[in-house]
Amino acid sequence: MSVVPTDQPEFVAPDTGMLERMISYRTRRSMAPYLYLMPTLLLLLLLMLFPMGVVLHYATLDNVIMNRNPTFVGLDNFWTILRDETFRISIVNTLYFTVMSVVFHLGLGLGFALMLNSERIHPAVRAMFRVLYILPWLFTAVIIAIVWRLLLDPSGVVNAVLTGIGIIERNVEWFSSSDTAIHALTFVNIWAGYPLFMVSLLAGLQGVPGSLYEAASIDGANEFQKLRYITVPHLMPVIVSIALLDFIWTMQVFPLVWLTTGGGPIHATEMIGTYTYKLAFTRYEFSLASASAVVMLMISLVGAFFYLRYQKVRD
Amino acid sequence: MASGGRRRWDVPTLLTYTGLLLGAVFAGFPVLWMLVSSVKSNAEIFALPPRLLPEAFTFQAYRNIFSDPEKVRFFVNSYLVAGTVTLLTLLVAILAGYTFSRHAFRFKKPLSLFIISTQTVPPITLLIPYFGIVVAFGLYDTYLALILTYMVFTLPYAILMMTGYFNTLPKELDEAVQMDGGSSFTALWRVIVPVSVPGIVATGVYTFLLAWNEFLFALTLTKSMDMRTVPIGIQLLMGQHAYEWNEMMAMSVLGSLPILVLYLCVQRYFLTGMTAGSLKG
Repeated sequence: MSVVPTDQPEFVAPDTGMLERMISYRTRRSMAPYLYLMPTLLLLLLLMLFPMGVVLHYATLDNVIMNRNPTFVGLDNFWTILRDETFRISIVNTLYFTVMSVVFHLGLGLGFALMLNSERIHPAVRAMFRVLYILPWLFTAVIIAIVWRLLLDPSGVVNAVLTGIGIIERNVEWFSSSDTAIHALTFVNIWAGYPLFMVSLLAGLQGVPGSLYEAASIDGANEFQKLRYITVPHLMPVIVSIALLDFIWTMQVFPLVWLTTGGGPIHATEMIGTYTYKLAFTRYEFSLASASAVVMLMISLVGAFFYLRYQKVRD
Repeated sequence: MASGGRRRWDVPTLLTYTGLLLGAVFAGFPVLWMLVSSVKSNAEIFALPPRLLPEAFTFQAYRNIFSDPEKVRFFVNSYLVAGTVTLLTLLVAILAGYTFSRHAFRFKKPLSLFIISTQTVPPITLLIPYFGIVVAFGLYDTYLALILTYMVFTLPYAILMMTGYFNTLPKELDEAVQMDGGSSFTALWRVIVPVSVPGIVATGVYTFLLAWNEFLFALTLTKSMDMRTVPIGIQLLMGQHAYEWNEMMAMSVLGSLPILVLYLCVQRYFLTGMTAGSLKG
């Protein structure tokens, strides 16, 4: 936890004369933190907690917004969704997409971080590559989507190169064939998302004491053993934390899918995000959409719970 | 380990260099292809065999964008919204971060846990109620709707990053001010903020990035062309002129430029700020 409690007594209050005269020193001192936090609390209360309440409420009503006098239907919307074949497909797709993404983000992130940290490479070269390797992280989903649509176009450069070296025989429609769409999409997301792991692991590598490697060398350990018994155990806290966050965020994917395949062909790349969005904004089934959104929220909060508990254990 | 000029060209070193180069192609090629395609003529985009350097180098795509007021407006909107969000977020987050770093108060623990967990709330869950709220308050299709909803997502990160940064500053700094009779409010603005510029800049850049790149809320909470931001503009371009690839690539280059420039300027602070704040939670 980065928020360290400070017990140090100190006086706090904005320099407002009126306030000082009206309220005693003691009260001001205990009120100050809340005063400073007021804008934050107000915003999060009105635009985070209140909407969560609203969406929970919507999820229990009979087609809210479109229906003037919606009636309470309990958990019916949730049963409707769970029985929906498309919802189940989107859960399976989201799971595949998310697990593959997190695994490869970790693999690539660790690999790149180790190479960028390697003393075999000249520091100037490392600095240059570090900037290059972070690039995918800086692009917005729309741009990632459009650039990869160009690259993976049936007559695009990826097909040209792959047919040129004989890996495929004829041009593949990566995003519009139901056999390849989900894999293509996952690949693009792997490209777009590994830098978070890389950056965090690079920072983590700075904290591994060099003396451990020296000791291991004296004991005759090889490079792989050093990685296995020194580096990875030291990086474990970062790996677990980032994997949890990455899982939560990847599961919520929307723009990338929306702008490449739109969930298609048919439902081959339907994710919980696109499923929910379509329910709300193309079918105007706001109650069902809310139920689906609540399911997403629950999964995320379970993830958040594990994340917080893990942070606590580490402290 | 070898240091300075005593690097040996043995097999592991060569393998590492090869790995780095392969990784660089993986990471950089799509970006390079975007750049190259933006200065090609549209006829040359799918030329076979594909060419890394355009046969006829042209800035036509960029000229088309800059001569179209509708497209320029996308950029104006994005700068306006992301800029305002960044300023407001920083202001609120500095106050909150300072409180978490320097004050003891009753609900500190649950509050900080709450702020950390808000990072995991799916935007789409809030979108459905936002749509209703924004319409009810007459904010549909306004800058304010975007600014307020973006801040819900930028603020938690910004607070954690600022708290992390303030925690690295010695407490003696504020104590000295209070010894001289200043309040903690004075300490914050006169002493803490001036020495926190690197942390504030890093937090500001990350906030700007989040706001500049946002798609879902901009898509749903605005409607008129006058209010659309760059990501939505690119998406519309994709729908309307699906075959003007050079223009779409030029738009993408222009759309990523502010983030790239900002990132390159502050990358040293950025990474420390990120890891000190949001990632350690």
